[in-house]
Amino acid sequence: MSTFQIDFGEQKSPVVGIDLGTTNSLVAVMGPTGHPEIIHAPDGSRLVPSIVSVSETGELLVGAAAADALLTHPERTVYSAKRFMGRGIHDVQHELEMFPFRVADDSESVIHLQLGDRLLTPPQIGAEVLRHLKEIAELHLGQQVSQAVITVPAYFNDAQRQATKYAGRIAGLEVLRLVNEPTAASLAYGLDKRKEGIVAVYDFGGGTFDISILKLHDGIFEVLATNGDTHLGGDDIDHLLMRIALEDIASEWSENISGNQEAVQLLRRAVIRAKEELSFVPAAFIDLVYHGKTYRRELPRDVFDRLIAPVVNRTLGPCRQCIRDAGVAIEDIAEVVMVGGSTRIPLVRQAVETLFRARPHTELNPDEVVALGAAVQAGILSGDVEDTLLLDVTPLSLGIETMGGVVSKLIHRNSTIPASATEQFTTAVDGQRNVLIHVVQGERELVKDCRSLARFDLKDIDPVPAGMARIEVRFLIDANGILNVTARDVRTGKEQSVDVKPSYGLNDEQVEAMIRESYEKAEEDFRERQVREARVEADAILAATEKAKANDAWFNLSNKERQAIDGAVNQLLVVYNSDDHTLILGHIERLNQATVNLAENMMNTAVRGALKGAKIDDLG
Amino acid sequence: MSPVSLSQDYFSFFGIPRKLSVDTADLQSRFYSLSRKFHPDRFARGTVADQQHALDATALLNDAYRVLRDPIQRAEYLLAQEGFDIGEQRSKNVPPELLEEVFELNMLLEETPERDELERARTKFQSMQAETDEELSSLFESYDASEDRKVLQGIRGVLNRRRYIQNLVRDVEKALAQ
Repeated sequence: MSTFQIDFGEQKSPVVGIDLGTTNSLVAVMGPTGHPEIIHAPDGSRLVPSIVSVSETGELLVGAAAADALLTHPERTVYSAKRFMGRGIHDVQHELEMFPFRVADDSESVIHLQLGDRLLTPPQIGAEVLRHLKEIAELHLGQQVSQAVITVPAYFNDAQRQATKYAGRIAGLEVLRLVNEPTAASLAYGLDKRKEGIVAVYDFGGGTFDISILKLHDGIFEVLATNGDTHLGGDDIDHLLMRIALEDIASEWSENISGNQEAVQLLRRAVIRAKEELSFVPAAFIDLVYHGKTYRRELPRDVFDRLIAPVVNRTLGPCRQCIRDAGVAIEDIAEVVMVGGSTRIPLVRQAVETLFRARPHTELNPDEVVALGAAVQAGILSGDVEDTLLLDVTPLSLGIETMGGVVSKLIHRNSTIPASATEQFTTAVDGQRNVLIHVVQGERELVKDCRSLARFDLKDIDPVPAGMARIEVRFLIDANGILNVTARDVRTGKEQSVDVKPSYGLNDEQVEAMIRESYEKAEEDFRERQVREARVEADAILAATEKAKANDAWFNLSNKERQAIDGAVNQLLVVYNSDDHTLILGHIERLNQATVNLAENMMNTAVRGALKGAKIDDLG
Repeated sequence: MSPVSLSQDYFSFFGIPRKLSVDTADLQSRFYSLSRKFHPDRFARGTVADQQHALDATALLNDAYRVLRDPIQRAEYLLAQEGFDIGEQRSKNVPPELLEEVFELNMLLEETPERDELERARTKFQSMQAETDEELSSLFESYDASEDRKVLQGIRGVLNRRRYIQNLVRDVEKALAQ
């Protein structure tokens, strides 16, 4: 399918770098000086809150507008949707209670969120944020943007990566590459300095945690190992503080407000404010005023540190494993780059410093460094950045289910990508036409402890006696970390057809439907805007006509002319509420025609008046 | 880009002699320069055919580098190329010289072993592993000089023993982690 046409012409269209974050998103581009730059919106803002809201009239609000809606219409508003990308309802059940939005039934393999009368999947929500960023970039660059590099947590699995790619497609962006966030950050840090040596990137964001260890050598950024937790971030700290505050409030007010989403969202804001303040001051307050009642709790930093220590400690296990997998000694790690808003927390910095015995780097804004790196990668892909090359790895082992529910690993974690493996399959029964291959991701020995990725159905196998068929299947993880499977009948050499049934996430048809829907929506939005603009024009001419009736010129018209104008006004009022903007414009034009004489007379009167005025002035 | 043959063996793909001893620093610099040449990043705006070739060539490059930089995988690869069945987990027979160790360790793990007992066992197995590694590297040199299939036969035996010792180390470490 070629939904998007790539222009191979002389003029290069810009490729932007996008950090699609849990909390905030940003877009950046390589600037004329060869440095990446964050693109700001017309109002000067750089961070776009990754929040989407459906208004009562069904309109989609994105970013700051949606952040406001989170307080007024929490049940129609989604934040942190990245946590649900490529996941099923069972994965997120335990944290849903902290979120205001409702999950629709039938969310087994793809979560559907019910926002007002609309049902949206996480990729569609991501697409709205991406579309918003695309518009910001187009406004700034003055040209169309159709290609992007989008970052994902390094520890994202196949389904989560697919979901992110789909989000791009739904937004009308060709995703040239998915780049791992910590690796992108290393690009932003290491670009100019031509650094050499071993570097660690500690990326603790709103919803995800990643650790990557890289070797830098002569412009090559080689990832040695990566590890992480796609469900660990600042959100967890917020939820921790909220639970405590909710308990406090329940006893102080003798009222449980946890079911009241408006109050919960106000509290969430208060908790985040206190958390952020604590990075700079030794004590902060959680303040809530709701319907005349107040809650105030002082939170000294040492108490805060004790509370969040378990969350921070959860990042250290993956760090140690990553160091082991990289095959380096802690002393070999020269620098630790800090990425993500949660690395502003002093306890986090302390923990990192203690573990790595190296001073963490915080020169670049931890909110912006990933987007900057994405822009560098965009520059590499478009040929603007030379001599720099990123060699990334797959975060999770890939295997297939064998007898007894045991996993046979084909591609091990931390293999440099693209990576491939080939396996031969045969049939167990005479004349068997199908072979089903169950592919999983994870490090455990048993299928039930790994993440089911997809089932690949080798179809239309030539009917031969059992054990005679020879189907060679090639598993290839591409540079985006996404699995591609192809199969070949070894005896005939023919390509073997493979049907993919993803375990989590959308299939191709569903994505196509969403792309169509988004086009239709865009068309609908466009039509609606045209109608609205036609009505504005109608308002203007109706008001002008009404005003003209007080003018001398009106009374100088013939009866017939006055009747014609009144008739045209009435007809315009009749079509005013129609959905057809051409009808409205047509009647505006007729009223225009009917009032030509009137306008001319008024003009003459005005000119006479002006001349009169001029004379008086001259005389004066 | 002029397409490169993707059916070459790993050694010739890297342009190095087909030997069991490999200069890893040289291998790494070849890996980097081949990466610069083939990586899909360089063909993001190329034709579909160029992109597919970049993907296939880089996958082969990465698969080959993973195997060649590791002495054990490299030897297994060469053995398989020479027609030896290296049947990884398939041969369940414990090498006779290890029977005693396997038996002792199982006895130890069945009771509730003291930490220092486990650590002693680990040290012992690790030094056995180091011994086989030394044995292997001298066999590698011997094969590289003579290209004698009998040496490969010997290497196959040592690799099999090494795999068992590795399993013993793994079992002790698992017990230590508990």
